[in-house]
Amino acid sequence: MSATRAAAPARRTAAESPRTGRTVPTLLRHLAVAAVAGVVVLAISYQLDSFRNFQLATVAAYLCATAGLTVLTGLCGQLSLGHGALMATGAYTVALCQNAFADRGVTAGGVLVLSLATAVLATVAVGAVVGVAAARLRGPYLAGLTLAVAVVVPALTVTFDGVFNGEQGLAVPVAPAPAALGFYFPYERWQLWVVTAATLLCLVLLANLVRSRYGRAFRAVRDDEVAARLAGIHVARTQVIAFVVSAGSAGLGGALLAMLAQSVSPGAFGLTLSLFLLMAVVIGGLGRLAGAVWGAVLLVALPDLTHTLTDLFTLSPAAAQRLEGNLPLAIFGGTLIVVMIAAPGGVQGLLSRLAGSLRVRWRRRRS
Amino acid sequence: MDRFLFLTLDGLSRGAVYAAFALALVLIWRAGRIVNFAQGAMAVAAAYVAYSVTAATGSYWLGFVAALVAGLLLGAVVDVAVMRLVDHRSPLNPVIVALGLVLLIHAVLGMVYGNEYLPAQTPFSRTALTVGGLAVLSPYDLFVFATVGVVGAALVWIFTRTAIGLRMRAAAFAPEVSRLLGVNVSGMLTLGWALASGVGALAGMLVIPTELGLHPHAMDLVFVSAFTAAVVGGLDSPPGAVVGGLGVGLLLSYVSGYAGGDLIPLAVLALLLAVLLLRPGGLFAPVTARRV
Repeated sequence: MSATRAAAPARRTAAESPRTGRTVPTLLRHLAVAAVAGVVVLAISYQLDSFRNFQLATVAAYLCATAGLTVLTGLCGQLSLGHGALMATGAYTVALCQNAFADRGVTAGGVLVLSLATAVLATVAVGAVVGVAAARLRGPYLAGLTLAVAVVVPALTVTFDGVFNGEQGLAVPVAPAPAALGFYFPYERWQLWVVTAATLLCLVLLANLVRSRYGRAFRAVRDDEVAARLAGIHVARTQVIAFVVSAGSAGLGGALLAMLAQSVSPGAFGLTLSLFLLMAVVIGGLGRLAGAVWGAVLLVALPDLTHTLTDLFTLSPAAAQRLEGNLPLAIFGGTLIVVMIAAPGGVQGLLSRLAGSLRVRWRRRRS
Repeated sequence: MDRFLFLTLDGLSRGAVYAAFALALVLIWRAGRIVNFAQGAMAVAAAYVAYSVTAATGSYWLGFVAALVAGLLLGAVVDVAVMRLVDHRSPLNPVIVALGLVLLIHAVLGMVYGNEYLPAQTPFSRTALTVGGLAVLSPYDLFVFATVGVVGAALVWIFTRTAIGLRMRAAAFAPEVSRLLGVNVSGMLTLGWALASGVGALAGMLVIPTELGLHPHAMDLVFVSAFTAAVVGGLDSPPGAVVGGLGVGLLLSYVSGYAGGDLIPLAVLALLLAVLLLRPGGLFAPVTARRV
């Protein structure tokens, strides 16, 4: 468990800090951070053009999934290669719900909340099934099972194409921005607001969970199952809870992504997405929610960067297309290998180490 | 009854390939306690090498040999350049690194050859021969059986009859003692990776023409099926991998013959889930007490 263990040294939270002696309730602290983040995003959304707003919203949607995966893999030590499939579950549920509402003539914006909640519930149900199986498995067996889920679930959309419409996928009808915001209000800005609200809610819940009794149980199970069992922790139940929570977050992420793209198709949720998510979490830094933020940013920024990079060279259209589709994958794969070998703590681990050494130097200078 | 016979023979032919691929997984698992999740991607890479060589020379057999050599080399390179540097104290680390390799290999293949299906040749006809009015095996199926049989026999011979095989087994079971006795343990591990990757490349060469064709993702489902086969056999046992491979091949053949080819992925998942929940150690493992 060295990677995960190294990635999450026992850090004192501000609430337990012995220096201040005061304790700020964890929930309040997380809500404050979320409120600040919300205001910042609100302010930024007015500065950016539509495309950047859309990209930021995509980051937020991915953030749900990467944060969920961080809780599972980083904190509870369970590897899941199937989170792309769980995102697909959320995305297809939201598509089916929105279509059902649209068929019955219900087009109010509020039904989206209902659809998103249904998507989370459906993914939680799927996650519970996989999680119960996963709790009995270790290491490569768990990875193999979740890999099978990642490969098989997108194929099911073709098997049952009566419901899921095969490779074509489904359209997701979404209500336009409220009229109160004005006629010329950019739709992407409204999307960003909705997605940010959902993501912040998800993150606050996850952050609280991580700091709670359950979060401590997750870490105990990750570090030593026998010791955790001796300390009175029900190992299997803890692992199932972690899986279910993580699945719910992934489902919300998938649902938000479907809402953003206004369509779902199996191609978007293949094995590559599952591997991308894992990669993002590992590169960002396993075991910290802040690492999940880096990972989500990377997921959106890297394809964009490679696009700019390939534009610099004059290539034949066919070669450019090949390069553009595959270069992000190559960079991701290569980076993942290098990070695992050289810096198992990921970006956030490097940042913490940097901050730690700066703090030490500063203290030395003062004394 | 005719149909049943045909499906059985077809399933055995398919299963022989799964058995070979599962054997490759078992080889690395026994040598280094790593499930090589990049095995499928590595096999596809070797198959692309064969495609290039065949396209350049016009000879299937030169391509076939090139794929085997590429597989052996790729396995050795992966071990020396990547896996040896990974911290193995956590079982998660090698798995994550292997997945990074999967992405890297898929991306490089996509960049060089494009993400379209390329046609894959077979050296023999795939139309079934008829014996007494019954459609039985095609010449290609016979070729598959013969190749897998030869490879299996060669592996048995290497591991039980040769000095190098003895060293490989010793290095896997007691690395410290073997090192004291003068065995080059890390060299043996690299050799194990090379052998396994070569067997995987062979399985890839055999299975890709029977599917949709050559594609960077061509081995994804084959990998999952072969992993299932290896788990059915218990991951640790080469005979188990062979029996598991044949069993999985038969099951998938019956499912696609009687219920429709679309259900194959679902059947693989159901089988894997069932085996992992009912007998996680595989059908051939002795019963052991669970640790927690």
